[in-house]
Amino acid sequence: MKIAVLSGKGGTGKTLISVNLAEAAGSSTYIDCDVEEPNGHLFLKPEDVKTEEVAVLIPHVDNDICDGCRKCVDFCRFNALAHINDKLIIFDDICHSCGGCVIVCPKGALVEQEKVVGKIEIGNSNQVEVRSGILNTGEPSGVPIINRLQDGDISATNDMIFVDCPPGSACVVMDSIKDADYCVLVAEPTVFGVHNLNMVYELVELFEKPFGVVLNKSINGENPAEQFCIDRNIKILGKIPFDTELGEISSNAKIAVRESKKYRDLFSSLLDTLKREVAYETTSNS
Amino acid sequence: MKQLLILSGKGGTGKTTVASALIKLSKARAYADCDVDAPNLHLITEQISSPKRRDYYGMDKAKINTELCIQCDRCRQHCRFDAITLDEYYKVDEFACEGCGVCELVCPTKAVSLYPAVAGDLMLYQSDDKAFSTAQLKMGSGTSGMLVTEVKKQMKSAVESAPLAIIDGSPGIGCPVIASLSGVDMVLIVAEPSVSGISDMERIIKTADKFGIEVVVCTNKFDTNIAKSRQIMQYCNENEIPFAGEIPFDDDAVQAINGGMTIVDVECKSGLAVKKVYQNVMVHLFKDGGYGN
Repeated sequence: MKIAVLSGKGGTGKTLISVNLAEAAGSSTYIDCDVEEPNGHLFLKPEDVKTEEVAVLIPHVDNDICDGCRKCVDFCRFNALAHINDKLIIFDDICHSCGGCVIVCPKGALVEQEKVVGKIEIGNSNQVEVRSGILNTGEPSGVPIINRLQDGDISATNDMIFVDCPPGSACVVMDSIKDADYCVLVAEPTVFGVHNLNMVYELVELFEKPFGVVLNKSINGENPAEQFCIDRNIKILGKIPFDTELGEISSNAKIAVRESKKYRDLFSSLLDTLKREVAYETTSNS
Repeated sequence: MKQLLILSGKGGTGKTTVASALIKLSKARAYADCDVDAPNLHLITEQISSPKRRDYYGMDKAKINTELCIQCDRCRQHCRFDAITLDEYYKVDEFACEGCGVCELVCPTKAVSLYPAVAGDLMLYQSDDKAFSTAQLKMGSGTSGMLVTEVKKQMKSAVESAPLAIIDGSPGIGCPVIASLSGVDMVLIVAEPSVSGISDMERIIKTADKFGIEVVVCTNKFDTNIAKSRQIMQYCNENEIPFAGEIPFDDDAVQAINGGMTIVDVECKSGLAVKKVYQNVMVHLFKDGGYGN
């Protein structure tokens, strides 16, 4: 059972919720797909960490063979190649590794070589298997790392898998939720929160994923995010109250479920609701 | 035009809250929201006009003409993005397709072609001497960096004479952030005093550094973790990064934002603190002179 935790807006509590759900679940896997700014490992502090580099293929030119025909330059829709002063220049950072230039070159002057763009780290924290992806600074795309994190040959042996997604609603989020059985949308009670909740709501609808909402930082009184859910008949999985103690635990990268029974109960009950919802969705769709 | 970009690495630290306050305080005539996958700045900046909207075309997408397709499988084998699938017919997954054109190149029967696809909306709010440029990327689209570049281009060409532009950025360190960094004079980082916030701040500073752009830092909600706030100042000190000030956690700030106002539109402690941040940032940004205020 793979559960993706997402929110359009940043800082709503995706990592807080996914880390604590994984801990409450006991034997489980936590995958941090926010490879640009991975934070889950700061909380879980995994041990016995194994590291694997992630590389993409980038073309290299042999300028002795290249006769300057510019077929590759004309072909590349990303403008990652230029022919200047009788030399072919390749811009690694904007290359999408499609391999087209190599196919189109009539002289065989281009070959692809691996370029490391980041790494994945796999370790353990109590009963939680922790998988993190880390993009090298200056690299534009975390997609190859997100795909590697979720690849079949390293897939988890655990039943419960929690995927901590990056913020936004662009390609990196789509890649993070594509194999999810269920999506948890985290919303905070601000106009920004609601506006961005609406965006991820449209995203999960578009991909036909079953989903529910967790209202984080709930305060008494009006909650525009709650109203949004009620108006659209969206399942509210639970509310996490605005709470300075929880805020402090999180800002010091501690895991609330490990800190006190109060939070263990809170997240265990959220997990139970979540399991019931997922079970209901899977039976009603099969 | 001096361009100030607001970034944070981590999401939800208060980029838009700070950016909107700086726009108000500086009376900036040019501003933009480059967080194209989750834009919010338009929710709290005054509407200077109704927006001019236009379609943004990202990369083309491939399509397969099943009448010409001889099912040779070459397109599927060569696609590096797993965008081509075979059920009864070969077809292209438009979300996975990056528009590289390799399928069209390898197809022996010209069954594959590429077509222009709308990947978002560009919006420009403009009055006589002001312009606000923003955009919304289409769900699941992959060309956010290109859209960010368009947002900035649109802003610049609308008010070329403006001495200052304030740009709200996106979280992360990847493609939209790198696109937003290009051509800016300074980055203001809104840091959060937490273990995560500091780790993310260090990564965004490294990223800005790689592109040779000057950085200043301020801390938001500094009083939620005083020890971590000290650590941020210490980091700046050690790395010779100018520190522009600290903004306290403030219930009134949430109220102001939910009412569609900036934190300097109401009387509140975070508003007072952000004024100091503003003054310090301006000193660094216009150290060679040039700004009236």
